[in-house]
Amino acid sequence: MTRNSRKGGSVTLRGIVGLLAIGIPGIALPGMAYAGSFLEPAGPIASAQLSHFGVISALMLIVIVPMFVVLPIVLWRYRRGGTGAYRPDWEFNWGLELLIWGVPVALVVALGTALWRQTITGDPYRALGPDPLVVEVVALDWKFLFLYPEQGVATLDLLALPEGRPVTVKLTSGTVMQSFIIPQLAGQIYAMAGMQTQLNLLADKTGDFTGRNTQYNGLGFATQSFTTRVMSPDAFEGWVATTKAQGTALDAAGYAKLLPPAVVNEPVLYSQFTPGLFNQVMASFAPGMFQHHGHAAMPAPPAPHQGHDHTPEAAQ
Amino acid sequence: MNWELIFGQIKWTSFVFAGMIENPSLSEAIASGAGSIAVLGALATVILLTVKGWWVPLWRDWLTSVDHKKVGIMYIAIALVMFARAVIEAALMRAQQLAATEGAGFLSADHFGQLFSTHGTIMIFFVAMPFITGLMNYVMPLQIGARDVSFPLLNAISLMLTMAGAILIMVSLVVGQFSTGGWSAYPPFTGIDFSPGEGVDYWIWAVSLGSIGSTLTGLNLAVTIYKKRCPGMSLFRMPLFTWTTLCTSILMIFAMAPLTAATVMLALDRYAGFHFFTNGDGGNMMNYANLFWLFGHPEVYILILPAFGVWSEVVATFSSKRIYGYTSLVYATMCIAVLSFAVWLHHFFTMGQSANVNAIFGIATMIIGVPTGVKVYDWLLTMVGGRIRFSTPMLYHINFLLTFILGGMTGVLLANPGVDFQVHNTLFLVAHFHNMIIPGVLFGMFAAVQFWFPKVFGFRLHEGLGRASFWCFAPGFLLAFFPLYWLGMMGATRRTYMWSNPDYVPWLALAMLGAGLILAGFALMVTQIVVSVRQRAQLAAPLGDPWDGRALEWSIPSPPPAWNFAVLPNVSSQDPFYEAKKAGIAYRSPAAYEDIEVPRNTATAPLIGLFACAWAFGLVWHIWWLAIASFVLIWVVVIARSFATDTEETIPAATVKAANEAFLAAARATPGVTRDREMTSDNKGRAHPEALEGRAGTIASGTAVEAL
Repeated sequence: MTRNSRKGGSVTLRGIVGLLAIGIPGIALPGMAYAGSFLEPAGPIASAQLSHFGVISALMLIVIVPMFVVLPIVLWRYRRGGTGAYRPDWEFNWGLELLIWGVPVALVVALGTALWRQTITGDPYRALGPDPLVVEVVALDWKFLFLYPEQGVATLDLLALPEGRPVTVKLTSGTVMQSFIIPQLAGQIYAMAGMQTQLNLLADKTGDFTGRNTQYNGLGFATQSFTTRVMSPDAFEGWVATTKAQGTALDAAGYAKLLPPAVVNEPVLYSQFTPGLFNQVMASFAPGMFQHHGHAAMPAPPAPHQGHDHTPEAAQ
Repeated sequence: MNWELIFGQIKWTSFVFAGMIENPSLSEAIASGAGSIAVLGALATVILLTVKGWWVPLWRDWLTSVDHKKVGIMYIAIALVMFARAVIEAALMRAQQLAATEGAGFLSADHFGQLFSTHGTIMIFFVAMPFITGLMNYVMPLQIGARDVSFPLLNAISLMLTMAGAILIMVSLVVGQFSTGGWSAYPPFTGIDFSPGEGVDYWIWAVSLGSIGSTLTGLNLAVTIYKKRCPGMSLFRMPLFTWTTLCTSILMIFAMAPLTAATVMLALDRYAGFHFFTNGDGGNMMNYANLFWLFGHPEVYILILPAFGVWSEVVATFSSKRIYGYTSLVYATMCIAVLSFAVWLHHFFTMGQSANVNAIFGIATMIIGVPTGVKVYDWLLTMVGGRIRFSTPMLYHINFLLTFILGGMTGVLLANPGVDFQVHNTLFLVAHFHNMIIPGVLFGMFAAVQFWFPKVFGFRLHEGLGRASFWCFAPGFLLAFFPLYWLGMMGATRRTYMWSNPDYVPWLALAMLGAGLILAGFALMVTQIVVSVRQRAQLAAPLGDPWDGRALEWSIPSPPPAWNFAVLPNVSSQDPFYEAKKAGIAYRSPAAYEDIEVPRNTATAPLIGLFACAWAFGLVWHIWWLAIASFVLIWVVVIARSFATDTEETIPAATVKAANEAFLAAARATPGVTRDREMTSDNKGRAHPEALEGRAGTIASGTAVEAL
């Protein structure tokens, strides 16, 4: 998406929001807070999504506005006692019929074209450039584990990214299905056990952006968020070096300790992790894995939730 | 004796009150309070029935009845009782989210999880479904000139299965916990590994009972429409409500099956160690998502189509005009019904399938907007050339047109995978589907109650209170849900019991205000019913046609006799009753009367419902003796019934003649009221057709409304 269309989209959006907010006095629109959402994008994917939101909204006004204009007029003219001629048996008109079928059909052609193009270009599986930074994400109960195979470091609930470099996020789950999103960078995709999904994104601003799980997964769901820290490429290299020097190592036993449901208050940094951990997590859900192949490095299967007597606070 | 053998997994701590004793907190107090209300409500009902001596009439006249009209009324009664619970749950959740912006609020995370799960499950399966099913049951046979549905006993069994499901959900207030997996109950979260305990089992069996009942209803109503139309009632002369009933019935037949399959497979996973949807051993939750939404998407059309039918009846009647574009509306409805099976994937654009697949389902979703848009504009054009009266149902209709298209707009937005990636699982989505279901389905049902109430009970509802209730509901809805669009765009996730984001607070406060208005609207609606019952003499309209109606149901007395039509009508046009009134041939005595056979009451259906409820309860708590005995008893009742041969009784022609001639004589003797006097006590149900009023003459613009 070009810069121009992006801008246009935002303007349309503000207009629509303004329309919705009419009649709700006391709410100031200018300078409104956007709460770290895709309304203030920090990358081309989120930006294109916002712009597309504006385009579709504007197109839809073609069928919305006539109703808001014509209905009051009709109600006034044809109210009982109004001036409109009473024609109790009038029931059809070819011209109107073509209009009420034709306009929506034409509109859906336009909307469908826009949808098709945006869906293909905005496909989360489409890489955003050569040499992407690969980050592997394991969704766990009430936290996310991030693995950096290229750098050899890992983190819990902190996603450090370099500005301007395409990122390929590979996702799986070590527990129930979750949905991974960093609204200011890109939309969400599910993380499911035994399977891998993918999300490509790019940050073109530095700063901290909140990411979270949007799929309910138990008591700690409400607080399952993490910080995405976008830094300059140099700062990112520095961060990797520091992490390697300072963090602890994550091995199979360490991973197994992450499995019980718990909320993480502070991000954890790991200087290294067992290579291939991501694939091992996925493989752990393959049928017959434990019985027939007996991977020694494999962690134990996830412990069940403790039901209703398990509070997130207690798990910390 | 072994406790577990007798009581399964029930322990004394399973009772909601135990939580209050062991771990007192506001959250537990609210749970105990809700449990107490359920227990006290049941107790009060029992005492009332005993004191008034109503047990026998309740059993004889209602529970054992197979009359489609009584079945319909009982369905709607279930819907209203369950609505009261689910709407209070909604207000509690709103209050919690507002209170939790500074601190943790007053509900525990677990309690909140149960609330959103029961709220969704109840609103869909035990409010919306029984409401539309009851309405279709009551109105459709009257509109096609039939004396009952094709399979009256099956109809009563469907009702009792639905009632069994509703009772099971009410029992979960008192004994044990409910699922926290939401109304869609996605595994693996709802699997036994992650949700041990009875909660998900309550969901599985309540929903299964309801869905089996709905499948049977779909079959019953579709066959009724195909086989029981009166002479001359060709398909294209059917009223639009009947058309939408047909489409909904077809959807029910095909769409409920995947749901039943999904719940049974989930049950096998949980009870028998199967691996359909588990994480390991070859299970795959994506199969559940597909099965659930293969039901779930047609389901929203199952709900909205009957409401569309109501809107068609309401707009034509209160505009005193033929519906515009009847044929167009029929084809549009059929298009929607067919397309509704081709879009289910848009509920999980985010599951990682290819962009092409997403795009195709996104475009298919947008295509549904075409016939829906056509219908909306057909209703607008129906008003053109009419004489519009702003009665309560019409107010709901106008509100529907304006708000529904905004919901359509956000629906088209959500149909775009690129937009959905951002707002999926957020309050934007929550706002969208409430925007379709509240002004569309729920208010459609409220309009239907206002519209057909005088037909069902023989007296009108108090118009002033009806309008007052509308003026709370409509702005209440806007305030409660439009802020949620914005919250969702700001990233507020659904099913979240607390946020610490101060940007959300003003919007949550507005939504809370809206929830308060909705509660006020509901209170006014209950008041309206109570006041109307007390003033039923003034509001009486026994002659059957209080609104200058158009279809056959308005041609018979209110309430209709057990046999509906003394003589089956012979139809030669659309809007047959309207045409008869215009031609001056309404209320003519038929040439001859015949004996009428009506089905006898039977205890079959309530017994099946009772044992089904016990069976499900036994399964939830692993009380195997109860489950096995109840299951056997269900089939014992079915087999015993198959030996009954004397299942019909004959009403002699003389009885029918006496009743019908008395009605016709009264109708002929009563002067028709004009629409000016529609809302006064002059309106006894004999209408002076608006179409016969002087076309040039002036007409008073205001209509008189009785004072409270």
